[in-house]
Amino acid sequence: MERRAFLNVSSLALGTMLLPAFGRAIAAEELLKPVALQFKKMLADTALTAATQAGASYCDVRVGRYLNQFITTRDLNVENVVNTESAGVGVRVIAGGAYGFAATNDMTPDGVAAAARQAVAIAKANAKLQTEPVILAPVKGVGEVAWATPIVKDWRTVAIKEKADLLIAANKAGMEGGASFMQSLLFQVNQQKYFASTDGSYIDQDLHRLWMPVFATAVDQKTNKFRSRQGLSSPVGMGYEYLDARPEHKIKAAGGVTTLYTKSYDLIEDARAAGKQAKQKLTAKSVEPGKYDLVLSPEHMWLTIHESVGHPTELDRVLGYEANYAGTSFATLDKWQSKKFKYGSEMVNIVADKTTPGSLANVGYDDEGVKCKRWDIIKDGILVNYQATRDQAHIIGEKESHGCSYADNWSSVQFQRMPNVSLQAGKKKMTPDEMVKDVKKGIYIVGDGSFSIDQQRYNFQFGGQLFYEIKNGKIGEMLEDVAYQSNTQEFWNACAGLCDERDWRMGGSFFDGKGQPSQVSVVSHGASTARFNGINVINTARKIG
Amino acid sequence: MKNLSQDEAKRISDKVLSFSKGDQCEVNISGSRKGNIRYARNAVSTAGLIEDTQLTVSVAFGKKQGIATINEFDDKSLEKAVRRAEDLARLAPENPEFMTTPTKQQYKASDTFSQKTADIDPEFRAQVAAYSIENSKKNKLVAAGFFSDSSSFTAIANSNGVFGYQKDTGLDFTVTVRTEDGRGSGWAKRSVGDVSKFDAREASNVAIEKALRSVDAKALEPGRYTVILEPAATSDLLGYMFGGFDARQADEGRSFLSKKGGGNRLGEKLFDEQVNVWTDPWDKDVAVLPWDGQNMLARERMDIIKGGKIANLDYSRFWAQKQGKRAVGSPGNIIMAGTNKSTEELIANTKKGVLVTRTWYIRMVDPQSVLLTGLTRDGTFYIENGKIKHPIKNFRFNESPVTMLNNIEELGRPEILSGDESQYQLLIPAMRVRDFNFTSLSDAV
Repeated sequence: MERRAFLNVSSLALGTMLLPAFGRAIAAEELLKPVALQFKKMLADTALTAATQAGASYCDVRVGRYLNQFITTRDLNVENVVNTESAGVGVRVIAGGAYGFAATNDMTPDGVAAAARQAVAIAKANAKLQTEPVILAPVKGVGEVAWATPIVKDWRTVAIKEKADLLIAANKAGMEGGASFMQSLLFQVNQQKYFASTDGSYIDQDLHRLWMPVFATAVDQKTNKFRSRQGLSSPVGMGYEYLDARPEHKIKAAGGVTTLYTKSYDLIEDARAAGKQAKQKLTAKSVEPGKYDLVLSPEHMWLTIHESVGHPTELDRVLGYEANYAGTSFATLDKWQSKKFKYGSEMVNIVADKTTPGSLANVGYDDEGVKCKRWDIIKDGILVNYQATRDQAHIIGEKESHGCSYADNWSSVQFQRMPNVSLQAGKKKMTPDEMVKDVKKGIYIVGDGSFSIDQQRYNFQFGGQLFYEIKNGKIGEMLEDVAYQSNTQEFWNACAGLCDERDWRMGGSFFDGKGQPSQVSVVSHGASTARFNGINVINTARKIG
Repeated sequence: MKNLSQDEAKRISDKVLSFSKGDQCEVNISGSRKGNIRYARNAVSTAGLIEDTQLTVSVAFGKKQGIATINEFDDKSLEKAVRRAEDLARLAPENPEFMTTPTKQQYKASDTFSQKTADIDPEFRAQVAAYSIENSKKNKLVAAGFFSDSSSFTAIANSNGVFGYQKDTGLDFTVTVRTEDGRGSGWAKRSVGDVSKFDAREASNVAIEKALRSVDAKALEPGRYTVILEPAATSDLLGYMFGGFDARQADEGRSFLSKKGGGNRLGEKLFDEQVNVWTDPWDKDVAVLPWDGQNMLARERMDIIKGGKIANLDYSRFWAQKQGKRAVGSPGNIIMAGTNKSTEELIANTKKGVLVTRTWYIRMVDPQSVLLTGLTRDGTFYIENGKIKHPIKNFRFNESPVTMLNNIEELGRPEILSGDESQYQLLIPAMRVRDFNFTSLSDAV
C-alpha cells in the first residue's frame, strides 16, 4: 500500500516542532563523518557472541546510521531546513525455532550484548507459542564486503543555500507559468548499514536516495475552482546528479504534450510546466464516462504496477501474515502451482530485481545478508513466482531467498518487502506516438494521481496528473475528472501494446507502508508506455452544497 | 529510559532554555513505553516493547529557525542539542512567515492517563491474542490481530515562560478473523485511553460473528443505496474532511470551504441540521492533551459544525494574525453528536439498505468536492424489512463526506475510535445515510 505518510510530511500545516521525526537532528558538517568499520565489526561480533552464548541457533546484527536532510518550501519562502540522524543496533535471533528481536541506541559492547540476550529471551518466550519453527534458506557467508550506491554527486556536499535557491526558483517558475501557489520539497537520504550474521558475513553498505516532489495549484476565485498538478520527477537511488537537468535526459511525451525525464530531472522546467498545466486544467473538458483504450506513460504505470502486481505477489500477504492490516492476495498458491494462471496477456512480462542502477530498491545485499538478484514474476502472462525472504523460500520450493528482506530502521525488525517490480518493454519497435496512431477512442494519461485498491488486490481505481483525449490516432485536447476502474486480471489481460525499451524508465515510491507497527520502504517500478483496451473510465466531477 | 516526572521534565527544560543564545527557544520533551503483540494464522508472530525519550529544541535568531533533537539527557548532550539547533538556525534562510513563540498559556489538565493502562504487561497482551486465537480455532476460523498499548508523557516549554506537562495512555486493538477457505471475513477495532473500557473477548467475538455471517456473499448491483455506516466505516472519511478545515486554504481558494469570489464559507449551512460536531480536549471518553504540540497554543472546546453550519475554521498563528482572527490550538479530537440508538435499532428502522462494517484504502479523488474513493471490507450485509438478510460482496464507493453528511436519515450511539489514517481521536455515531454512491463491485473478501 502506498501510505499517506508523505502527505503528512508535506502537509501545508506542517509544524516545525514535529519535523525531526526521522531521527536526531545534527549539524551539516557532522554528516560526512562515517562510523569506523572496525568499531561496527566489534559491536557486531559482541552481539553475535552474546546471542550464541545465550542459546541462539542463528543471529544477525544490523548496525545502522540513518542520515536525512529535508528542505520544504512554500511559494517564495523556505519553511524548514532539517538534518536528522538516527544510529543504533538491531539484533535478530532464532532460538527454539522462533524469532526474537531487540534494538538499542546504546552503542557500547555492554549495550549490544544486553540487546542480544534480550532478543534470545523474547525468542524463547515466543517459541512456546510457535506452531511452525522458522526455517531459513541457506546463505553462504561472504566475509567482509562493501557495496555503495553508485553516485556522482553526494547531496551532503552541496550547500544548503544552493538547494534552497533551486526550490525557490522552481516555485517562482511555477507561479510565472500560471500557478497561484507552489510547494516544493527536497528529501535526501543516506543510510549507512552494516550487517553481520552467524553465517560469516560482514557487509558494509552506503546507500543514497533523493526525491524532489513539487506541487502547483491554480485557483480561479470567480468560478471557485482549483486544480493542481504534481511534478513528474521520480524518486531515485542516485546522488544529487539527478538534478543536473541534462538535455539528453529530456524526452517529449506523446503528441509533445509535455516534457518527461529519464536519468536526470529539470526541476525548474517541470515546475513551470506544472504551473501552466494546473491553470489549463481549470478549463479542460470534463471526460465523458465510458470504455476507452488507455495509453499510460511510465510516470503513471509505476503506481498501477506497484498496487496490482507488486503487492499481490508478496508472499507474506499470500500466506496471510498481513491479513489484519494490508490484507491478503488473490494471487494464491494454487494459482501459481497450476502454472496456467493468466495474470495478463502474453505480452506481459514482469520482472523483480534489486539490481537496476538508479532504482530505489537497488542494494548489494538485503537485510538478511542475501546477495541481490533478478527473477521473473510473470512470464508471457503467466504467474510464475513471488517475492520471498529466507524464511519463506522453502514454502515455494526455492533453494535460496530472493533477497527481499528490509527494515526501515535499525530499531525495526526486518521482514519481506517489495523489490523493484517492473513491466518489461515490448519486443517490437514502437514509440508512444506510434502507439497513439492506432487508437481510435482513447485517453493518454501522464503522471500518477489518486489510487485505491481492495485488500486482495482485485478492484482498483486510479487517477493521474495529465489526461488527453485520443481521437482517431491523434492526441486531442486536455481532459479532466478522469479515473479508471478495473479488475487486476481483466486489466492486465487487456494489455494490447508496449513501447520498446527506448521508452522504458522507472517511477517509484519513497513511502510504501506495510506491517504492524507500520514500516515504510522504498521501491521503483519500470515500464515503457503501455496500451490497455476497453477500460472503464468514470467522471469524478461532483457538486457539493 | 523511564518516563520523566513533571519535576524531572521541568528541570531539563529549564536547563535547555538557559543554554540558548537565540532570540527565542522552544523545548519539547516526550517519552513513551510502547508494548505490542502481533499474530496471524492463529499464532503469535512478533511481540515487542520499545522505550524511548526524545528532546526537541528549536532556536531562532530573528526569523531564522533551526531544530535539533537528541535522546541523551546529561548536561553535555543537552547543551550540544541547543548548539546544533543554533547552527541550523544560522544556516537557514529567513522565513517571512515566522511567528515568535507564544507568551504564557493556561493549560487546564485533561484526563488522559489511566494507571491501569500504564500497567499492561506481556501476559495481558498474550491473553488478548489468546482470546482471538482460541475462539477462532473453536469456530474453525483463522485470526490475525495487533494489540498495542502506550504510556507516555509530554512536556513543552519556551523562553516566554510557557510550561506544560501531562501524561497519557492509550491502547489500540484490531482483529481480522477469516474462514479457513477465505470466503468469509470479519473485523473489529477498539481504541481507548483506559483499559477498563476494553474487552478483548467482546471485540474478538464481534469479528468472529461477522466472519461466520459473511460467508457466501451475494452480488448486489452497484448504485446508490441507503447505508448504515458503523463508526469505523466513516472514521477516515470524516478524518479527511476535517483535515480540510484550514482557514488559509479556504481563504486562498483551494478548499471545499472556499467561497466563490474569495473568502471562506464560515457560517454557511453545508450539512444536514442533525450534524453537530465539536472538539473538546477534556471530553471524558476521548480526552487529549490541552495544548497543540505544533504551536504550544492552548486547546479550547470549540464548535466545528453546529446545526449543519460551519461554526469554526482552523487558523494557524500566521494566518490568524494576517486576518485579524484569534488562533487557538488545533483540535486533537472530533466529537459528533448522536443518539442513544444502537446499530441494531438503526437496522430495525431500515426497509432496504446496506450495512457497512468498515471502509478501506480511502484516497482523495477530487479535493474540490472532497470526493473520496475506497472500498467496504470485512462485513457488508444487505438489510431488508429491518433485518440483516444476507452478506453481500464488497463495493467500491466514490462519495464525498460532505454529501454523506447532507443525506443523514438517522444517527446512532457514538463510539470511541481512532481512524486508520486520521490524526484525530474520534467519538462518532453510526449513521443511516441515503443515496450512498457505490460505483463497482469487488471480489475481495
